[in-house]
Amino acid sequence: MTIGLEHYLIVSVVLFCLGLLGVIIRRNLIVMYMGLELMLNAANLALVAFSHFRDNLDGQVMVFFIITVAAAEVAVGLALIVALYRKRQTNDVTDLTSMKL
Amino acid sequence: MSKGQIIMYLPLVVLLLPLLSALLILLFTKRYRQLSAGLSIGAVALGLGISIFLYASQDADHAKSDLIFTWLGIGQADSQALLPGAPGEQTLGFDFSIMNDPLSRLMLVVVTLVGTLVHVFSLVYMRKDKGYARYFGALSFFVFSMLGIVLSANLVMMFIFWELVGVSSYLLISHWFEKPAAADAGKKAFITNRIGDVGFLLGILLIWQQVDTVNIGSLGGQVSTLAGLLIFCGAVGKSAQFPLHVWLPDAMEGPTPVSALIHAATMVAAGVYMLCRVFVIFTPDALLIIGWIGAITALLAALMAVQQDDIKRILAYSTLSQLGYMVMAVGCGGPDSAMFHLTTHAAFKALLFLGAGAVIYACHHEQNIWKMGDLRHRQPWTYRAFVTGALALAGFPLLSGFFSKDAILMQAYLKHMPMFIIGVVVAVLTAFYMTRCVLVAFFGKARSDQARHAQEVPGEMLAPLIILSIFSIVLGAPQIGLHHSLSADIFEIKISPDAKTAHTAAMIAGTIAAALGIVSGWWLYKNAETDPLPSKLGELSRWMRNRFYFDELYAFLNRWTQETLSYAAAWADRWLIAGLGVKGTSGAVDITGCLIRLVQTGNLQTYALLMVLGLLGILAWILF
Repeated sequence: MTIGLEHYLIVSVVLFCLGLLGVIIRRNLIVMYMGLELMLNAANLALVAFSHFRDNLDGQVMVFFIITVAAAEVAVGLALIVALYRKRQTNDVTDLTSMKL
Repeated sequence: MSKGQIIMYLPLVVLLLPLLSALLILLFTKRYRQLSAGLSIGAVALGLGISIFLYASQDADHAKSDLIFTWLGIGQADSQALLPGAPGEQTLGFDFSIMNDPLSRLMLVVVTLVGTLVHVFSLVYMRKDKGYARYFGALSFFVFSMLGIVLSANLVMMFIFWELVGVSSYLLISHWFEKPAAADAGKKAFITNRIGDVGFLLGILLIWQQVDTVNIGSLGGQVSTLAGLLIFCGAVGKSAQFPLHVWLPDAMEGPTPVSALIHAATMVAAGVYMLCRVFVIFTPDALLIIGWIGAITALLAALMAVQQDDIKRILAYSTLSQLGYMVMAVGCGGPDSAMFHLTTHAAFKALLFLGAGAVIYACHHEQNIWKMGDLRHRQPWTYRAFVTGALALAGFPLLSGFFSKDAILMQAYLKHMPMFIIGVVVAVLTAFYMTRCVLVAFFGKARSDQARHAQEVPGEMLAPLIILSIFSIVLGAPQIGLHHSLSADIFEIKISPDAKTAHTAAMIAGTIAAALGIVSGWWLYKNAETDPLPSKLGELSRWMRNRFYFDELYAFLNRWTQETLSYAAAWADRWLIAGLGVKGTSGAVDITGCLIRLVQTGNLQTYALLMVLGLLGILAWILF
């Protein structure tokens, strides 16, 4: 059995959905964050697969950008979570509803 | 100025003199009682002189109406060259023109004559009144408005003066406005008249639409029945015909001379005068309805008069009844008879009202005839004058009322037999209630202190009575030729060949009716201490006394419609405007806000889920 584009894409979709579920269902901010990373990497996987199967490097270039942005995002996001934890003594999203009027 | 020009402008002078006097009184002399009265009397007396001169100098070749100035033109350009009207465009021009024909001159004399006498009578009658100057100012204003109706040469102008008469009558009826009854009576008269006037206005518009003119002189015979009846509505209001008759008896709350002037001789006659003026427009159907309305009014009012106790109310119902007579005459195709009766009626009804005024004055404002009695020895001259008036009204042979009633009965005999019979019945009733009034008030024993201490009134009050008595006696006589000039010269009516029989029949019926009424009245009320009729007639008498419950019926209808309407209006306001409109808008915004607020949980994951759902939605939209 040869592994084709669709297999990569299915894995990518599964990864993306798992990440999404993590973001929507889990209450812990850190775990939600991990879900987000998972979704980004699912996108990366799809892009790399497209790049490979179309003999075109555009997708891989895109992936480098995404990795860079994700790294920066993790730095900012984790810092925010730490700051929030210091402030509220919690990292459970259900306790963080002060956006509501 | 030539003689023609002088004659052309004289009616205008007669018209404007009272207005001038009213304005002077209003602006300058309101504080000076005698001066105000003098101004008012001077204006109307001068008008009387001019009117008599005009009436005497009848010149057949003079134009019927004179243009004084063009008042306003609608759709007419000043310069035709600059603004040519579109083809087929309707134009409407109103001229301020003055009717100057024998009919209006006759009415001028009637109005100014009664007006002058009433003014003189008021000098004494109103002497102790606080609003003396105001009273004379309003009288002058009334005379001006009334003369305006008489002299109007087009319907729109007539309508304006018509309304002015309504206003001035309101002012005069409500002269004693501190009395709630007087204030209410004024309002009632005004509002009831308004109902008729709406019809009048609609009629004028309809006539304009149908024959393209509102000038009385150029009205033709192509006017529909409906327009004629709408015009008649105006007369129904002003001349107090059934079903708008309810205001006239209440208007007796005003000072008695006012009742004599307005509600006997002039204002209520305006409706009849107007009908005679526009007589050519009425179709046979319209005339039939007019005749029946008149006949019904005459009969109902005469029945009501039989059981009234207030001397002024008896006269008021009698006025209603006689006005019904005149309208019936118009309906039977006899405007000449109507005008004839109008003129004689003006004389003897003014006489009766002023006589009643003299009695009331002598009895210190006691108006109930059952509290009078034996006044013939205490007020011999008033008694004589009043009896003259009563006999003339009852149609006693060879007095003025006899001849004019005769003319109407003859007309009815020729046209509609049922109306003739009603006319004769009304004549009997008229003679009966006048006999009752005279016998109870002037004969028998004095039944109250006021009556015992009554004294003859001063000369200023007697003089008008005596002058009017003379008119009441002679005005109708064939030798004076009033009726002949009315029918032959003014209305140009051909005498039909049946007239001889009709004349004889009317004369015999009229005489028998008068005799029957007087004799039965004499028999019933001679030395009566209380009214014998209620026990004899029972329920019918109660209905007559309560005016067949018309006021109650109208009050009920008014209340019913008014309450239904106001409930409907309140419902619409509360639920449709305030509920659906105002509260609905705010409520819709409120509910939408509440619903949308549910979405804003503040929970990060909800937002994320919604975002995903939205994204999915967009995807689905793009892909499928």
